[in-house]
Formats: sequence, structure tokens, C-alpha cells
Amino acid sequence: MFQNIGEILTLFGRSLRALPCTWRQRRKVLEQLFEIGNASLLMACVLSLFIGGVLALQTGPVLAERGLANFIGQVVGLSLCRELAPVMMAVLIAGRIGSAMAAEIGSMTVYQEVDALVTMNINPVHYLVLPRMLAIAIALPVLVLFAILIGWLGGALVSFYNYQVAISFDAYFTSLREGVDVLDLVNGLAKSAVFAVVIGVVSCHQGLQTIGGPRGIGRSVTKAVVNSIVMILILDYFLTRVLMQLD
Amino acid sequence: MNAIAQPGVGLTVRGLRKSFGDREVLHGLDFEVRAGERFVIMGPSGSGKTVLLKHLIGLEKPDAGEILIGDEPVGASGVMDRYRMAMVFQSGALLNSLTVGENVGLYLTEHRLKPAREIEQIVADKLALVGLEGLQDKMPGELSGGMRKRAAVARALVIEPQLIFYDEPTSELDPLIAVTIGEEILRLNQRTRVTSVVVTHDRQLGFGIAHRMALIFDGEIVALGTPDDIQASDHPEVRRFLSANFHFDKEKVSP
Repeated sequence: MFQNIGEILTLFGRSLRALPCTWRQRRKVLEQLFEIGNASLLMACVLSLFIGGVLALQTGPVLAERGLANFIGQVVGLSLCRELAPVMMAVLIAGRIGSAMAAEIGSMTVYQEVDALVTMNINPVHYLVLPRMLAIAIALPVLVLFAILIGWLGGALVSFYNYQVAISFDAYFTSLREGVDVLDLVNGLAKSAVFAVVIGVVSCHQGLQTIGGPRGIGRSVTKAVVNSIVMILILDYFLTRVLMQLD
Repeated sequence: MNAIAQPGVGLTVRGLRKSFGDREVLHGLDFEVRAGERFVIMGPSGSGKTVLLKHLIGLEKPDAGEILIGDEPVGASGVMDRYRMAMVFQSGALLNSLTVGENVGLYLTEHRLKPAREIEQIVADKLALVGLEGLQDKMPGELSGGMRKRAAVARALVIEPQLIFYDEPTSELDPLIAVTIGEEILRLNQRTRVTSVVVTHDRQLGFGIAHRMALIFDGEIVALGTPDDIQASDHPEVRRFLSANFHFDKEKVSP
């Protein structure tokens, strides 16, 4: 495990050192951005609509019973912003994009395409890892922003139509505005940027470590997704602690 | 990085050893490939040829010994920048996400050695040279095994290498294409004086193109010399390898 973490950190370091080559790889970054956004935006919106909705459904009646229904906007707004949207989107992207990255790079490793790059003096970190890392680091915060907005909307719809809560849109969004400020949004987006880097580096590392045939690729995909999610959830705790201190 | 073709570069292997787990697959190999030479490494499957080749191009690190390209260790920083090397993989190893044309021009594109229009022309020329004219826009998945291998040769030609490695260049190819590939190895060597290291178990190809050859069995070189020297070798493994021919004996295979 420690060897794995060491290799992941080394790959991260090599990717950081490759950053000056970003402009040369801009076409690949754009291709990856399109790939990630196109594959995930609709799913992210649908998921966050229901996350916002279920959050309002769970907390709304309890708050309403205690005469606190007007605080539901704050509860949904803050939960989505600071915690649920970044973590849920990161988990979604780890499954949707991290697995694809590990599978693609894994099959390139198994079928000697990565070796071919090395023999042509083309650095696989520059060619394969950097564009994916950058694209996911840009795309995930954008997806999280969408998720937060759509999640707020989902919460508002449930709060309005559920007879146990039944507060107006105006009351919901007034509460949300009072409870959530820009720093909360920045907080969530910063988390998501860190999670994106984790997904990118873990998935690319697993891909490059792939051995064997199709079974090896399958193993790499599973490890990439599981390791990404575990690291996201562990990091989430520590990031939350740090960001709370900064607040 | 120099875009102008340069003559071949020599290669020296000293005391090369490699183990995977408890099993030693290369037992201290020593040989030299002279600049501009066509050197063939021949041996049966599983004898360590491909592992040796991976060491020569720096894809594997030896447990002991050293490999020098010119006078520099293959793993030293900047060696790949100073010497142009290319490898034709057994499977072709074309990048499946790129078209055939993009694959062939990849080296020039990534290292920005030529303008895009010139790269297109070079790609078209090299593809025509290996009999794949007009296939630039095809994806590798649309090509047959032989065509993929020829495209891989075209990709290596584009590099104008000083040292080129071929891993089983004629495996999976029909005899006509195999001859074309063999001729292309010869032509490239004669035209640019590129040092060529060919790993194969195809005896016809090996004896047809080699200046010198090494026969490797179980990770050891058992014969090294010109094709005539090898033919004259009385080492039992060499004799067995060279004399193995398929004769259909009805009596032996009858139930």
C-alpha cells in the first residue's frame, strides 16, 4: 500500500513538473474536457436534482414539525455546497471517468502502446497523464457548480410541493441566500478540485501499472475506482477540518 | 533533437543479467553491434529474445551489466535526445485512438520537427513505401495484422533512426509481405546506414539479412558470428534449431 502511495505521489510530482508543457498538449486537454463534460453533465444534473430533493424530503418534515421550515433553504444549500455536491460528484466521476481513464491507459500499457511512446522519446506523463489531470481538474469543479445549482432547485421543488413542508420558492431561496455565502461555494469547489486531482492521478497510475491481458485491465479499473473513492472520503474529512479552521 | 538523418550508432552489451522472481532469464550476455550493422538475434520462443530487446531500448532495467549506445549507458539522461532510436513491435503497437497517418507522423508531430503540411507529405511517402498508400485516415482497428505491422515500420522509418530494433518483424505475415518487410529492412540499412537489430525466429529472414547474428538459448548466447559461422557451428542446440523442419510422416501421426 505504501509503495502504491509513493508511486502515486511520484506520478503527481512528475505531472506537476510537466505543467509547463500544457500549451503543447492543449488539443488533448480540450478533447478530454469535452469527453468528461459530455459524458457526465446530464448524469450530474439528474443526480444532483434528486440529491437536493431527497435532502429536502428528509430534513423538511423534521424542521417543519419544530416550526423551522423556513430554514430548509439553508440546510439544503449548505449541505450541497460544502459536502454533498463535491463528494457525490467526485464519486460519480471516479466511477464514470476514472474507470475510463484506467481502462484506456491500461489497455495502452498492455498492448505496448505506452512502450511505443517511450521508444519514440515521447514522455507518457506529458502525453497521457497531464491532459487527463488538467481536464478533470477543470471539469469536476464546473460539474460541481452545476450540481449545486440543480440540487438547490431539486430541494426547492420538494420543499414547495411536499405537503409536509410546503414553503414558497421565495421563502426557500431567501433562506438559502441568508445561509450560504460565496465562501461556502468556494469551499466546495476547492474540495472538488482536490478530489479531481486524486481521481486523475490514481486512475492514470493504475492504468500505467496494468499487467496481463483483459483481466489485468479489469483489475486496474476496479482498483482505480475503489482507491479513488477511499482516498476521496478520507481526504474529505481532513479537508473539511482544514477549511473549517480557515473559515 | 536533430532532424537530419545520421549514420548508425554502435551498441555494446556487457554482462547483462535479468531475473523475474527466482528465475534468471538472461545469464550474463556479452556482445557488440557495430555501427551500421544488421545484427540478428535468433532463437526459439521463450529463449529471452524479447526481454533482451526491451533492455536494449531501455524499456527494462538490467539486474547487472550495462548496455551502451555509442559510449553512453542506455538509461542515462538525454541519450534518447542524442540518438534517434526506433522500435518495430511484434504487435505493431499502433496507438488505437489515432488514425494510421497520425500514428506514422506522431514522432514528428510531438517533437515539432516539421510543419504540419510537410509531415503529411512524409507520412504519405512512408506509407507508400510499405505499400499502404492512401490509408492515412483509417483507424488501426480497420487494418489487418500485416498492414498494422507495415504501418509500424512506416512509423519507425519516419524517425530516420540511427538505431532500429525489430521484434519478430515477419511473424503473422504471409510470405509475400514477409519478403517485402525483409527487403525494407535491407533497403533502410543500405540507404541510411542505420544500425539494425532484428529479433526473430524466422531463419530465412535471419540468414537473408544478417551481417552477423547471435543465437540465444535459455538466456545464453550459444553462437555468435556471420551467417556462415553460425551455419558451421556444431553446438547441439544450434544444429537442432537450424535443422528443425516439418516433415509429414504418415506413420508417426496415424492413430
